[in-house]
Amino acid sequence: MRYMLLIYTDENVWAEGEREACMEESRQLCHTLNKEGSFIAAAPLHPVATATSIRVRQGQTLITDGPFAETHEQLGGYYLIDVPDLDAAIAIAGRIPGARKGTVEIRPVIELPDMP
Amino acid sequence: MHNEIDSLYRNDFRRLFATVVRLVGDFDLAEDSLHEAFEAALQRWPNEGMPDNPRAWLVSTARFKAIDRLRRSQRIDLGADEFIEQVEDELAYAPDLQYERDQEIADDRLRLIFTCCHPALAREVQVALTLREVCGLTTEDIASAFLLQPATLAQRLVRGKAKIRAAGIPFEVPDAAHLPERLDAVLAVVYLVFNEGYHASSGATLTRTDLAEEAIRLARLLLELLPDPEVKGLLALMLLHESRRATRTDANGELVLLEHQDRSRWDPALIAEGKALLEDALSAHEVGSYTLQAAIAAAHAEAPSHEATDWRRIVALYQLLLRANPSPVVELNRAIAVAMCEGPQAGLTLVNDLLDRGELQHYHMAHAAQADLHRRLGNIEAAKAAYLRALALVRQEPQQRFLMMRLAALEKHAKTT
Repeated sequence: MRYMLLIYTDENVWAEGEREACMEESRQLCHTLNKEGSFIAAAPLHPVATATSIRVRQGQTLITDGPFAETHEQLGGYYLIDVPDLDAAIAIAGRIPGARKGTVEIRPVIELPDMP
Repeated sequence: MHNEIDSLYRNDFRRLFATVVRLVGDFDLAEDSLHEAFEAALQRWPNEGMPDNPRAWLVSTARFKAIDRLRRSQRIDLGADEFIEQVEDELAYAPDLQYERDQEIADDRLRLIFTCCHPALAREVQVALTLREVCGLTTEDIASAFLLQPATLAQRLVRGKAKIRAAGIPFEVPDAAHLPERLDAVLAVVYLVFNEGYHASSGATLTRTDLAEEAIRLARLLLELLPDPEVKGLLALMLLHESRRATRTDANGELVLLEHQDRSRWDPALIAEGKALLEDALSAHEVGSYTLQAAIAAAHAEAPSHEATDWRRIVALYQLLLRANPSPVVELNRAIAVAMCEGPQAGLTLVNDLLDRGELQHYHMAHAAQADLHRRLGNIEAAKAAYLRALALVRQEPQQRFLMMRLAALEKHAKTT
């Protein structure tokens, strides 16, 4: 099964250099997951200050500065993995460095047929 | 023949159901298909005779019925084709798989328990699923036991089953590394069911026997499947509590405190079984918090009277319990035991500190304990005020009446002196 792991953290909790160390640890985790055969994709995201939100209403595209919702913890990165079940996904989520700072939300992915 | 099928249905349905769930991977499909398999048995066995292995026949028939149902269903069910293929492959290679093997069936029941109590499900969903799918209670029975509308309970079951399916919660006994924490979740569900039966948290009656009995039955099943010391400890705890049931309320349904219970009416068979299990659990390498609570319950069961209870031992056991499982409620119970061996003032100091910390501010038992200690010290006004605070928080009628009686007695006392 495919799972999306969404990493939510408070962007202001990172001390100097901590973010870089976390990304390096994440990068290594991706290589390990790839060797284990469960890696599909992963990436950190730029801070929400860079976010742009789009809504189309009555044919009009509305563009606003900022994230979809102002929350205490923001989406800061994701992993897309392929593992047998939720327990395996939970085990991987627990290895993501962001889980020690914030929250990792696990969402099962709907696998649509006839995708490009 | 009908009697034999009836008895198979009554005694083995939940067992076989666990196996069918593993094979077809869906609760509703498993339930419907197994019912169809029993219907087929009713039609065919009277003419053709009972198969050599009726349970294996029912399981494999249920599996074929499941495939039929999937084929018939017009809904787009992603993965159904794959499932049919997989089942057909298995049947082609091993047409006479022996599903009746006791160990395998036992393993399936244990898998089902761990699936229903998976920590990715909300506690109330775990409880509902376990009672419905493992114990086989009806939705109506579970709803009435928990004083819920059947529709609310049904919704919880639907939500739980949908999450198990969509989130890929596995049908597995957790590996050794995760077993202790996952077993904790299972035991918490069993104990919650017991407590709901034993100390009904709201409503007109004090105990709801069915739930307590169901929890004990579930713990017995769990012990049979997984002889872990904490399972023994929990079963011992529940049996020791259950031994006092008949004496916890009087003829009018009013609460009777431990100190006033008629100890000669405590059930000696339940006490003996609880104590034997406790001894077993205490010999384990590590002693868990259910086992410690059972040891406290055993100290009460052994005491000839409330006064002659070994309160020092109980204080020491609460101390150990606090180390294993720090909680303000355990601290409160320890304070009450301290009051029994060192006098009400020592207990009151601890209870006051606890209430000042704020965590138990909304717990009626903390105020009731404070009231009782004040009463024993002769602080009538302080006792009355604390009883009133407890009364404002209590939701259960017999406890409410008990507190009101205590308050009335104090007022009478104040008038006569």
